[in-house]
Amino acid sequence: MPGINTGDTAWVLTASALVLFMTPGLALFYGGLVRQKNVLSTIMHSFFAMGLVSLVWLAAGYALGFGPDRLGGFIGWGRYFGLDKVAFDAPGPVVGGAPLSGATPHAAYMIFQLMFAVITPALISGAFAERMKFSGYAAFLALWSLLVYSPVAHWVWGGGWLFRRGVLDFAGGTVVHINAGTAALACAVYLGRRRGWPREIAPPHNVPMCVLGAGILWFGWFGFNGGSALGAGAVATSAFVATHFGAAAALLGWAIPERIKHGRVTTVGAVTGAVAGLVAITPASGYVRPWAAVAIGFAAGMICFFAVNLKFRFGFDDSLDVVGVHLVGGIVGAVLTGFFADRGINAAGDNGAIFGNWAQVLDQMKGVGATIAYSLAVSFLLLWIVDATIGIRASEEDEVTGLDLSQHSEAAYSAGDAGTAVGHGAPVPGGLAAGPGAPYAPAPR
Amino acid sequence: MKMVTAVIKPFKLEEVKEALRAAGIQGMTVTEVRGFGRQRGHTEVYRGAEYQVDFVPKVRLEVLCEEGQVQGIVETIMKTARTGKIGDGKIFVTAAEQVWRIRTGEAGKDAI
Repeated sequence: MPGINTGDTAWVLTASALVLFMTPGLALFYGGLVRQKNVLSTIMHSFFAMGLVSLVWLAAGYALGFGPDRLGGFIGWGRYFGLDKVAFDAPGPVVGGAPLSGATPHAAYMIFQLMFAVITPALISGAFAERMKFSGYAAFLALWSLLVYSPVAHWVWGGGWLFRRGVLDFAGGTVVHINAGTAALACAVYLGRRRGWPREIAPPHNVPMCVLGAGILWFGWFGFNGGSALGAGAVATSAFVATHFGAAAALLGWAIPERIKHGRVTTVGAVTGAVAGLVAITPASGYVRPWAAVAIGFAAGMICFFAVNLKFRFGFDDSLDVVGVHLVGGIVGAVLTGFFADRGINAAGDNGAIFGNWAQVLDQMKGVGATIAYSLAVSFLLLWIVDATIGIRASEEDEVTGLDLSQHSEAAYSAGDAGTAVGHGAPVPGGLAAGPGAPYAPAPR
Repeated sequence: MKMVTAVIKPFKLEEVKEALRAAGIQGMTVTEVRGFGRQRGHTEVYRGAEYQVDFVPKVRLEVLCEEGQVQGIVETIMKTARTGKIGDGKIFVTAAEQVWRIRTGEAGKDAI
């Protein structure tokens, strides 16, 4: 196949699977942090996106993100609806001097990008956990993916206006994390607080589940960042290495102030710090050296440790700290990418402020500002539309009962096997009496 | 017949069980419970937010016995479950009106 490198293709397809695996990882990470009565609804907020967003992407999402540029770099339009003409045997169109998909088939790039589109709205769900109506969630998910995610992906990766300005975002610090973190803020503010927050909310119901989820996220992140090189060479390797050291440094960047302030290093703190580091290293990986990854990760861990208290300061109930970790961590990463970027790592990138190029920091801030402004405005609008049509917040009774039972008719952990089947598979009446053993006869007193 | 119920610190269960067995007690029922008395709960910290946990984990131990065994059981539990610190728990004795062994249908003290 002309223009296709098999090694690169193998890596991008593998990386796509790694990124997909992050979404169930996120489901467990978030699921462990909520109360027992809401664990399934929280898991569904992530897992359901794997179904719905995928079909939205196939129908129109990819076309809006990566179709021919329209409206001065705002959105893609005119091709690829229904994945029409997304080739399996040839690279994608040339954008900014190079094929969109590098030396891999266009469809490999499309499926790799899809996995990002799936996890991004799932990240938002941490902000509205434990109180969103499922139908309202599904409508918001589909609309947000089309009208917020796809345009912003176009700006940065699809040849849009931020792409042309030279904003560096290797694997989605702005598109994924700042975008999701901003939408999370809109959701937390629009939906309002959970009943009893902040005084009467119980602590996380299953911390080992969080740790497993965070571990899967860390693992999948190698595909997220490493795969964004769209090839299996030096840039992918440097992104992979930077990803790991960013997460490692952030774990300690969180743990140290936590030990000083609270006297203990906590498990939830360690995994949250690592995730904050992964968020921050996302835009920088592929442009920075390992020591810079350590600096970025450490800064993100420490800053996010303090940032998760913002919700108490300002009184918005961001249930699982999407703002404190993804928005703040994303900003730290985007800005520091402008400091530490090094053309010696990636010739397609730029040199940052450490080489005297302070303009790159300014460019990075423009990307951050534009993403926040657009995501905040459109997210609020979509929340309002969904609220006015099908409703967005669970009723008081449903919220108190728990979303697992009220929205899904399920319980995560049943108290024994006390349920009796009705309908198909119901036990035969009198079945027990036909079993072995003598009939019961009470003894005289 | 009497029911001796003791709410004790979980880490003392093994010691109490062995002491009761050594004293000739044939059976007991144990439940993991949560509660509070004079011992205050504790604080947990998640991502910098402190949670006050009022209900402290305890073990509830129930022993069904004849009237004459009560004093011995109570003393055994009291001695082995005591640490001298707040939160050692309580023992209370209630009347058990009737007892049956399900397998045989035996009733009263034969069923203990």
